[in-house]
Amino acid sequence: MSTDVNAASVNEERSATPAMSGTPTLEARHLVKTFGHVVGLADVSLKLYPGEVLAIIGDNGAGKSTLIKCLSGALAPDQGEILVDGVKVVFKSPVDARLAGIETVFQNLAVSPALDIASNLYLGRERRSKGPAGRIFRMLDTRGMRESAREQLSDLGIGTIQDITQKVETLSGGQRQAVAVARAAAFGSKVVILDEPTAALGVRESGQVLGLVKRLRDRGMPVILISHNMPQVFEVADRIHIQRLGRCAGVITPGSHTMEEAVAIMTGATTLDQAAGTGRGAAQGDGPDDKHGRNGQNDPE
Amino acid sequence: MRERETPGARLQQTLHRHPAIGPASVLVASVIAFSIANPRFLNSTNLSLLVQQVAVLATLAIGQTMIILTAGIDLSVGAAAILAQMVIAQTAANNHIPGVLAILLGVAVGALTGLLNGFLVTRIKLPPFIVTLGTLSIYTSIGLKYSNGQSVYASAMPKILIWTGNYVNIGPYQLTTGVILMLVLFAVTSYALTRTAWGRHVYSTGDDAEAARLSGIKTGRVLLSVYLVAGVIFGLAAWILIGRVGVASTNNLTNANLDSITAVVIGGTSLFGGRGAVLGTLFGALIVQVFQSGISLAGVQSLYQVLAEGILVIVAVALDQWIRKVRR
Repeated sequence: MSTDVNAASVNEERSATPAMSGTPTLEARHLVKTFGHVVGLADVSLKLYPGEVLAIIGDNGAGKSTLIKCLSGALAPDQGEILVDGVKVVFKSPVDARLAGIETVFQNLAVSPALDIASNLYLGRERRSKGPAGRIFRMLDTRGMRESAREQLSDLGIGTIQDITQKVETLSGGQRQAVAVARAAAFGSKVVILDEPTAALGVRESGQVLGLVKRLRDRGMPVILISHNMPQVFEVADRIHIQRLGRCAGVITPGSHTMEEAVAIMTGATTLDQAAGTGRGAAQGDGPDDKHGRNGQNDPE
Repeated sequence: MRERETPGARLQQTLHRHPAIGPASVLVASVIAFSIANPRFLNSTNLSLLVQQVAVLATLAIGQTMIILTAGIDLSVGAAAILAQMVIAQTAANNHIPGVLAILLGVAVGALTGLLNGFLVTRIKLPPFIVTLGTLSIYTSIGLKYSNGQSVYASAMPKILIWTGNYVNIGPYQLTTGVILMLVLFAVTSYALTRTAWGRHVYSTGDDAEAARLSGIKTGRVLLSVYLVAGVIFGLAAWILIGRVGVASTNNLTNANLDSITAVVIGGTSLFGGRGAVLGTLFGALIVQVFQSGISLAGVQSLYQVLAEGILVIVAVALDQWIRKVRR
């Protein structure tokens, strides 16, 4: 993971480079959330632009989970506001956030183990078959849903799943994760939030999930990735939001800082200003014109 | 470490995919065994009687299956059906309202009992076991109070009430309209559970309620609907019961609660929710009845029937635990 990748090698990799300007798909402004005397979030802002992967890193208790829960509607912030495509929104529940196009894959994977893959992809938004069978008898379009589910999975390059009627509990951890991510990315969602998607996975399976994240991004879907795993973060992220003690300690890119510097900022051993020695300076807050220090050559397969 | 392709593992996976295979093969095996023990077991009169006898229990077990699929349990099944039965019989015989209206009233009472159970489970957030343990006593006492302990006999009832006891001859077999109604209910609920979005939501809610909620399913509403539909089915079971027994009495259905749970469990539905099918329950109810009939025809003391039922329940749950361990 080199740190000196610079602007020259960047853009030809992805012609559809996110502009990092204009309206962010998702924006949080000055979020504050306290739990009694414990401060979960102290004035945190964040912007997510179309077609970028924004990683959020931080130590335990830094406010990562609280931030994600606010963005996904699981918690309501005490202060501050959330905007989707520049429009202010208020989420009372995760369902509200989903309706606004923000899909979250939680750590405990909100899938139903006893249902098959296709049923899980369409859980909560089943399609009825056409004609009177669907209208009057509310019959599900089982075959149609299976076909589209198969297409969606192969679109995302999840070729390892052959049988769409397999129950999810018979899948490996990585395949389950893939199903959860595929579901989040489908149905016209605008943002996909992944909470520690590789925490329970082996090396090979982690690689598959990271490949999935890149493919989502390349299709223009902005992704927020919460992770503890620095090499993975530096592999896929366009920008890295560092949480520390409930605040944003800075936003860097894999090009502007090294992993060691990121960890140092995260743990408070140094600050963003001190660490910005490597040249181009960090993208404090949100660098609309920041280049991607990412060479993207380690896409698996 | 066991190889993935051992016969045991393959059997485990097959049973995992098709949970009704287990009870179906037990049913076939027990029918064969009992017909060897006494060839009269297989004659059409005995088989007809067996199916007639199972109608009420099987119908109650449909509602029980739906509730157990949501990881709940209903101990008030029998009490709710008895209450509905007394309402149907009394309003028709003593208050002289038209029979059809009396039946509708009884089904509505069944629906109300389900609604109360569902309300306590979803809104007050009490565990289903406790809720229905309480309503078991409540519905029983309301039924006793309402009927004053008086039975109503078929002679005092309009014809429609005992219509479910009418015979329907199919070849050498003699069924009743109650049996047909039971089979129709199985077909309808099986369709609703496997072919509609509502059914998927029922399974998902029972499987992992939190995951279902995060998928945008209104789990409270799903649960409430399940208890409501189960209540309606218990009301219909009351109608089948009147036709079968020919008398509406609070002494009917004494073992219905546990028997219905037994049928569901033997039928392969998991007590932990999310797994199983009403088709399996039909097999489960038939197995219970086959054992009852077969053991008495074999000239064995009836206490062995109770013993066999107990062993079957434990084997069924053990099998379920084993099947649930399927992992790749």
